[in-house]
Amino acid sequence: MTPDTDRSIRPDDATEREPTTGVPAPDVSAGVTEPPDAAGPRRRLGDRVGSVEVLAALLVLLIIFRDPLAGQLSSPRLQTWTTVFVSVMVQAVPFLVFGVLLSAAIAVFVPRSFWARALPRHPALAVPVASAAGVVLPGCECGAVPIAGSLIRRGVTPAAALAFLLAAPAINPIVLAATAVAFPNNPEMVLARGVASLIVAMVMGWLWLRLGRADWIRLPRRPELDSGSRGLAFWAAVRHDVTHAGGFLVLGAMAAATINVLVPERWLQTLADNPVLSVLALAVLAVLLSICSEADAFVAASLSQFSLTSRLVFLVVGPMVDLKLVSMQTGVFGRRFASRFAPATFVVAVVVAVGVGAVLL
Amino acid sequence: MNRQAQAVILLLLGGAVIRASLTDLYLNYVKEGLRPFLVAAGILLVVAAIMTLWYELRPARPIPAPAGATGPDGSHGPGDPDGHGHDDGHGHHEPRVGWLLILPVLGLLLVAPPALGSYAAGQAGTALSSQQQPSDYPPLPAGDPVQVSVLDYASRALFDKGTSIGDRRVRLTGFITAGPDGRPILARMVLSCCAADGRPVKLGMTGNAPTGLADDTWVEVTGRYSDQVTRDPVNDAEIPYLDVESWTQVPAPKRQYE
Repeated sequence: MTPDTDRSIRPDDATEREPTTGVPAPDVSAGVTEPPDAAGPRRRLGDRVGSVEVLAALLVLLIIFRDPLAGQLSSPRLQTWTTVFVSVMVQAVPFLVFGVLLSAAIAVFVPRSFWARALPRHPALAVPVASAAGVVLPGCECGAVPIAGSLIRRGVTPAAALAFLLAAPAINPIVLAATAVAFPNNPEMVLARGVASLIVAMVMGWLWLRLGRADWIRLPRRPELDSGSRGLAFWAAVRHDVTHAGGFLVLGAMAAATINVLVPERWLQTLADNPVLSVLALAVLAVLLSICSEADAFVAASLSQFSLTSRLVFLVVGPMVDLKLVSMQTGVFGRRFASRFAPATFVVAVVVAVGVGAVLL
Repeated sequence: MNRQAQAVILLLLGGAVIRASLTDLYLNYVKEGLRPFLVAAGILLVVAAIMTLWYELRPARPIPAPAGATGPDGSHGPGDPDGHGHDDGHGHHEPRVGWLLILPVLGLLLVAPPALGSYAAGQAGTALSSQQQPSDYPPLPAGDPVQVSVLDYASRALFDKGTSIGDRRVRLTGFITAGPDGRPILARMVLSCCAADGRPVKLGMTGNAPTGLADDTWVEVTGRYSDQVTRDPVNDAEIPYLDVESWTQVPAPKRQYE
């Protein structure tokens, strides 16, 4: 069994390195038939202690030491941390899974030509169209990241895909409705949030056209997407994206839970009176807390000691830049991209939100 | 992490999510409305795991033919068999970060942390801010005492000045936590999405208030409206009071959030 599975795994792996080599076709048979005998014994040793075995051992150990482990978590602070961490994950899993399914479908079943027809040819015009498309797709930010990755992979101009990435979680109908419920006395908050988020998404798209460089985005190579049957490609994409984006989601959820437990709300109280500090404080808080965009309006409403403008900043920044998003963007687009895109988005979002707040609130 | 291990992790994650949503465990973390989505997502994860294993474990023959990608493999394979045999475990495109997905699985299957309680309530300010101010409240339902939620009572007491409560007797369920002055208060966490945005609704107690109870003990209190009000030092919002007539200790409810 081991050599068999081994063989079925290796092809992609090698393609990963030299995706365009088409020459050594004759070697195929050699590569497939030879190894079991030639390199069998040596390789088997290495394979015996593969990931599955490590995983099994780890799980057995954890089940054996379950009680001492649970005991370690009994302090109220750690317990709260665990609760917040698990609940961020539980909340995000459906959005992650549905987002990944959609992105896999885009990557496998929607032909490239569709995007060429659906979006205006000129990138500068594609940006507002993509931002507006974000409005109709209800979803959390966790789902938008793999979708944007898929769009770029399918030839959509990065500027438009990034505008979509920013717009989709911020201004879909569910989020705007939640905002209206959370601010019953300030319906203008809904308008301000929608307008400010849309502007930020478009500005970032156009900024990318002016300043962005294609080599900042490093999408992981995915040979299985272009080879083999569609079913294989689809499930391989789902499997890969869930483990990949999900892993980064775990990182982000851990960071958010830590902030949630370590930064007590009363620290904010002292900042609320200063107009500049309050804007900055809530912008940073939005990044750190990483609350789902469908819930952040309620949190903003409860921060009643802060001005409406600073709470608008909280609502605009949160769905576009936060710990779990940055973590996922690093995973999907690469570190060089995330380290430029996230700070730029943060600055643009704060400036635009303050401007819109000054006009509308 | 190779594909089979990824499949096992997806299977575990899907299983953990399904189990949490079929028992009432998920109510500790998210709103009830998310349940169908959790079940669907869990099933999809399990399906993804099964499909991955199916493609991995079926005989290798059918795959290489359409793939046409085995070429480079052949050129590498014989020369550097070990390096590539292992690469799947450490290769840069098979995400190592996926190992972290074990953590939520453990959290759900082994640890199953409880709902937010008094620690979280003490960290955050009471959720009732001047923002929520519907102009009038419907009359309380029939019954004496009438069962109301902590959130309902607190908003009627604060924003309606108790008019819609009058001198009716009310019964509330919540947990004990230390108030601003160190005396026990009644609290209940309110969720809008998940426990990360959970905020407490706090309620002071006068009269025959519960004493000698540890934090996080659940009680059912019966009492009448009190116009006493204090301020939560955490966010400077008002905390209303209840004039308690009697109280009993109760087990934690299934839905701990309001």
